[in-house]
Amino acid sequence: MVPAISNFSGKETLLRTYVLGLIANRLGSSALTLLIVSFAVFFATAMLPGDTATILLGQAATPEAVAGLRAAMHLDEPALLRFGRWLFGLLQGDLGISYVNNVPVADLIGARFVNTMRLAGIVTLFAVPLSLTLGITAAMFRGSVYDRVVTVLTIGIISVPEFMIATSAVLLFSVYLKWLPALSFANDVTSFWQVLRIYAMPVITLTFVVSAQMIRMTRAAVIDTINTPYVEAAILKGASRWRAVLLHALPNAVGPIANAIALALSYLVGGVIIVETIFNYPGVAKLMVDGVSTRDLPLIQSCAIIFCVGYLTLITFADIVAILANPRVR
Amino acid sequence: MTTSTTLHRRVSYRFSWVGMIGFTIILFWAVIALLAPHIIPYPVGEIIDEDYFGPISSKLLLGSDYLGRDMFSRIIMGARYTVGISLAAVCLACFSGAALGMAAAVIGGWFDTLLSRLLDALNSIPSKLSGLVVAAAVGSSLPVLILMLAVIYTPGAYRFARSLAVNINTMDYITVARTRGEGIPYVVFSEILPNITGPLLADFGIRFVFVVLLLSGLSFLGLGVQPPYADWGALVHENIGGLPFGAPAVIVPSLAIASLTISVNLLIDNLPKKIRDRSR
Repeated sequence: MVPAISNFSGKETLLRTYVLGLIANRLGSSALTLLIVSFAVFFATAMLPGDTATILLGQAATPEAVAGLRAAMHLDEPALLRFGRWLFGLLQGDLGISYVNNVPVADLIGARFVNTMRLAGIVTLFAVPLSLTLGITAAMFRGSVYDRVVTVLTIGIISVPEFMIATSAVLLFSVYLKWLPALSFANDVTSFWQVLRIYAMPVITLTFVVSAQMIRMTRAAVIDTINTPYVEAAILKGASRWRAVLLHALPNAVGPIANAIALALSYLVGGVIIVETIFNYPGVAKLMVDGVSTRDLPLIQSCAIIFCVGYLTLITFADIVAILANPRVR
Repeated sequence: MTTSTTLHRRVSYRFSWVGMIGFTIILFWAVIALLAPHIIPYPVGEIIDEDYFGPISSKLLLGSDYLGRDMFSRIIMGARYTVGISLAAVCLACFSGAALGMAAAVIGGWFDTLLSRLLDALNSIPSKLSGLVVAAAVGSSLPVLILMLAVIYTPGAYRFARSLAVNINTMDYITVARTRGEGIPYVVFSEILPNITGPLLADFGIRFVFVVLLLSGLSFLGLGVQPPYADWGALVHENIGGLPFGAPAVIVPSLAIASLTISVNLLIDNLPKKIRDRSR
C-alpha cells in the first residue's frame, strides 16, 4: 500500500513489509471468520423445526399452496445452494424480504441503523474521555483508596447484568430524582432539550457498561508500562509522579490503550440489545428482538450479520492497533 | 478475569475473609435452590394479594408481583432455574471445552488447527446475538437453553484449557509417557489434567458468571425461561411495569442476580494462591 521511499534503509523496508504482512494476515483471518460466522448464522436459522412455508401460510393452507411458496422461496433447493444464494445477495446489499410485512429488509434496517450508530457514537464520545481519565489516574495512584474505589466499582458493574444498570438508572434519575422521563421513548421531538432528555438514559446506561471494561483495561495497560525499568529510572532521576506517567509512560502505552478502547467498545454490541429494548429505542437491536418474537428469519439473519460485522471490525481494529503499537515491529 | 490488587494474599490454602463471604453467599443460594419447594410460604402460581406490585409487609416478605403473587416464593423458586440451568450449562461447556482443548494440545497438527480456527470463529459471535438467533430458530425450552448456553461458552473454555495444556505438553514427563506408549486419553486425563485442575476450576467460576448474566439477559428480553417457569431475569421481565413505582418485585430479583455473580467473582479473586497462580 505504502510506496517504498528510496532513502529508506533496506531494514526498514523489510520491517514495513513484515508489518503489512501481519496486518494482511489478520484481515484475511477476519474475513475467514466472518464466512464461518455467516455460515453458522444461516444454518442456525435454517434448522427450523417445521417448514417455513407452512409457518407462513398457517396450518390451514393447501399442500399445493405450500409447495408453490416453497418453490418461490427456493426452499426446495439444497441448503448449501441457498446459503450461497443468500451470501451472494448479502455481498450485493440484498438483505432479502421480511417474512412478516413483505418489505425489503434493507428498508426496515436503513433508518434504524443510523439511530443505533448515533447512540453508539454518543456513548463513545462520553465513555472514552471518562474511562481514560479514571483508568490512567487509578493506575497512577495504584493501591490508594481512590484506586480501590474505582476497581471495586468497575468489577461491580461488570458482574451485574446490563438491564440492572438500566433499571437502576431509571430508579435513580426518574423515580427518585424525577429528572428524566421513565421508560417511554417519545416520538414528538421538537427541541434540543427533548433530544437530550431522550438520549440521556440509554447513553448513561451504555456509558456505564462500556466504561467499566475500558477503565479496567486502560488501568492494566498503564500499570504494565509504569512497571518498566525506564519509568522507574525517571522516578529515581527525580521526576514527579505526574511527569513520569504523563511524559514517560503514556507515550508508550498509547498502543495498548487504543487496543483497550476498541476491545471495550465491542461490549456495545451486547449492551445495545438490552438498552434499546428497555428504553424502546428505535434501533437495529430493537428491530432484531422484535423480529425474534415474530420469527422473521431474513430480518434476524441480516441484523445478526450487521452486529457480527460491527463486533469483528472492532476486534480486528484492536488487533491491528496492537500490531502497529508493538515497538519491536514499528 | 478480574485481578484485583486490593487484598493481600497469603501463599497457602487459607481463604481471605472476602473470599469466605463470597463462598457463604454462593452456599446460601445453593441451599435455597435445593430446598426451594420446602421453604416457599405460598405456591408460586397462586394470586394472594388483591393489589399488584404490593409493598413489603409482614405477610408478603418481598411484596407482590404484577398479578399479586408472592414475590418471596417466586424468587426462591427462581433460584432453582437461574442456578440450575447455569450450573448444568457451565458443566457441559467446561467439560467439553477442557476435553477438546487438552486433546487438541496433545494431538496437535491439523486437528488442533482446524478445531482452533472453528471454535475461535464461533467465539467471535457476540453471546447475546447467538442467544437471539437460537431463540428465534428453535424456541427456548429448558433443554434448548442449557444446550445453547453450553455451546456458546465451549469455545472460551476450549481456548483456556488448550493454552494451559500446551505448556504442560512440553514437559519431559509427557514425552516419557508417550515414549512408554501411552494413548492420548491416558496422557490427557492422567498426565495433563491433574496439573491444570486449579486454573480450570477458577475458569469454571468465571464462566458460570458469564452464563448467569447471559441467561438473565435473555430471560429479561423475554426469550429465555418461559412462563409458567421463571428465573430471576424472567421475574424482572414480568415485573418491569413496576419500575416507575420502584416496586420491590422488579428490584429484588436484580439484587439476587447481583449477589450471586459478585460473590462468585469475589471468591475467584480471593482463591488461595496455590489454586489460582498457575491460571494467570
